[in-house]
Amino acid sequence: MTTTIYVPRDSAALSVGADDVAALLAQHAKAQQLEVRIVRNGSHGMLWLEPLVEVATAQGRIAYGPVTPADLPALFAANFLQGGAHPLRLGKTKEIPYFAQQTRLTFARCGITDPLCTDDYVAHGGLAGLQKALLQKPAEIVAVLVQSGLRGRGGAGFPAGIKWRTVLGAPADQKYIACNADEGDSGTFSDRMLIEGDPYMLLEGMTIAGLAVGATEGYIYLRSEYPDARTVLSEAITRARAKGWLGNNVLGSGKQFEVFLRIGAGSYICGEETAMLESLEGKRGMVRPKPPLPAIAGLFGKPTVINNVMTLAAVPCILAQGGDHYASFGVGRSKGTLPFQLAGNIKHGGLVEVPLGITLRALLYDFGGGTITGRPIRAVQVGGPLGAYLPASKFDLPLDYEAFAAAGFMVGHGGIVVFDDSVDMQAMARYAMEFCAIESCGKCTPCRIGSTRGVEVIDKIARGHRREQNVQLLRDLCDTLANASLCAMGGLTPMPVLSALDYFPEDFTKN
Amino acid sequence: MHPSASNRADASTSIPKDSTSVIDAAIARLGSLKGALLPILHDIHEQLGYVPPAAVARIAQGLNLSQAEVHGVISFYHDFRTSPPGRHVIKLCRAEACQAMGSKHLEAHLTAQLGIGMNDTTADGSVTVEPVYCLGNCALAPSLLIDGKVIGRVTKRRLDQLLDGCRNQGAGA
Repeated sequence: MTTTIYVPRDSAALSVGADDVAALLAQHAKAQQLEVRIVRNGSHGMLWLEPLVEVATAQGRIAYGPVTPADLPALFAANFLQGGAHPLRLGKTKEIPYFAQQTRLTFARCGITDPLCTDDYVAHGGLAGLQKALLQKPAEIVAVLVQSGLRGRGGAGFPAGIKWRTVLGAPADQKYIACNADEGDSGTFSDRMLIEGDPYMLLEGMTIAGLAVGATEGYIYLRSEYPDARTVLSEAITRARAKGWLGNNVLGSGKQFEVFLRIGAGSYICGEETAMLESLEGKRGMVRPKPPLPAIAGLFGKPTVINNVMTLAAVPCILAQGGDHYASFGVGRSKGTLPFQLAGNIKHGGLVEVPLGITLRALLYDFGGGTITGRPIRAVQVGGPLGAYLPASKFDLPLDYEAFAAAGFMVGHGGIVVFDDSVDMQAMARYAMEFCAIESCGKCTPCRIGSTRGVEVIDKIARGHRREQNVQLLRDLCDTLANASLCAMGGLTPMPVLSALDYFPEDFTKN
Repeated sequence: MHPSASNRADASTSIPKDSTSVIDAAIARLGSLKGALLPILHDIHEQLGYVPPAAVARIAQGLNLSQAEVHGVISFYHDFRTSPPGRHVIKLCRAEACQAMGSKHLEAHLTAQLGIGMNDTTADGSVTVEPVYCLGNCALAPSLLIDGKVIGRVTKRRLDQLLDGCRNQGAGA
């Protein structure tokens, strides 16, 4: 009898030796004349347990992890192919509390299936959304999206349905769907995990977007820092074309939609939507002034839907299960689920998809288990390098767009980076300015020059040079950056800087 | 052997790959794409490890752009080198999640071990070290990319092993 074993191909799993584990597993099985089928699945998102090896048994999938090559002889001796007892045995995967307590809508298939297997995709509910969309008029598809309350998951949180409606109403001979897969925020990896673990869902979401607004071409702008995601995605596009999921006759409907993959080149600012358009057009990633909105004049000057991977990947589920189903999750105007990412100094780092409205404390302690160093959590950066540093007194804030904005923070792309009490917040504030200086596109002065001045002023504060005056100068500079920059790069760099100053002032008074 | 870093550029001209044909083939194959410049530069970069200065004029002519436009794009993006890298390229993540797990100590260890700074190549041409801002492996920080492969939970010991691998392979090559 052949036993099916799952060893993830997700790059987080690969980064801690999943390929070696898979290769040795096959060798051991062969040596012992055991028939095994090794499936390279996506990750379930319990990344501290990677490589998480699963064995398909009559009772369901049994997980073992983290598995190193050195563990394999003992695992075979423990008869793990039948789910045998071993210190690394975690029980049934779907019953592991970290996983069981999530609401997986976008990541429903990720980790379960072979990411590139088209049969697997369909067998697990894939294409149901697209099939429904093909039976509807464009305005009806847009209406479902509006009803779902889905907001842009890239960070800005703009209602996706409204954006789609604008593009649908813009007359043009050619329109585009541009998928922003330039996931540059530190502490975020949900786009990468989805692309590596369930790429057809993104392609399906883009195709539905194309049908909804009348676009026949989609471009995915994937960052070059994700080589494994690139491999999976380009293969997925090739296979989807071969299956007729993309192309001139989508699922035999006579409708047309094609997807092209473009790779970024190490620039953070190209995650800003207009800089991304410039980059897709083969230019320097310089931010464009708005208006015109990209929905009116976007890629190659044509009306363009620009959505993040998470936004587009939520679409198939919304079409398949209805806008009201998606909207039944979440709180207030923050509908649906958000795949949060626990990162940095955290014991149980990984992906947690839950309805919006969960508190930071629940994520950090109930899911995350506190720091990996065992020291107290002192600061948490939410929303990437332009997000605020929150002190422990803010951990009970609900993670919804409005509550966070009202407190002066942002949810962003859902990245949560944890620091213990060894962190130097003055150094983190300096880094925020340094990062802005390195990554500024240079188009507007506050960002281009202000970031470098910011580093210098913080260095003066660190040296104890006219400390009070320089702290005031830093606040003034942040005011200029926040109010006079062309885009969110300069506009939001003050957020980490000022939150460090406001909540951790003691770090700015020592030399 | 490469006696010094300054000689590396000369040494690299002995690489058998004909860079002109790589450049021209990239233009011919990808030039008709919409927004072709980045795909062309990536193609050249992947094959040669850098974009040779000679590429600027050829690409400009092939795409009907000015040389200034092509140069402007090459210099804008961190990924594009204009001189050959070492035989191995290590990109160490400097972003926040990795900092929370001690990446600054790793950076100091790495540059001290190699005796070079970031964005530099060792004198023997074995290793180039570059910063990178997030590899999306933030739950298993600190991370680095070595020759296109992501490594997570990097310790000083693991880093030393990787460096030994680079040096040994370099000597055997």
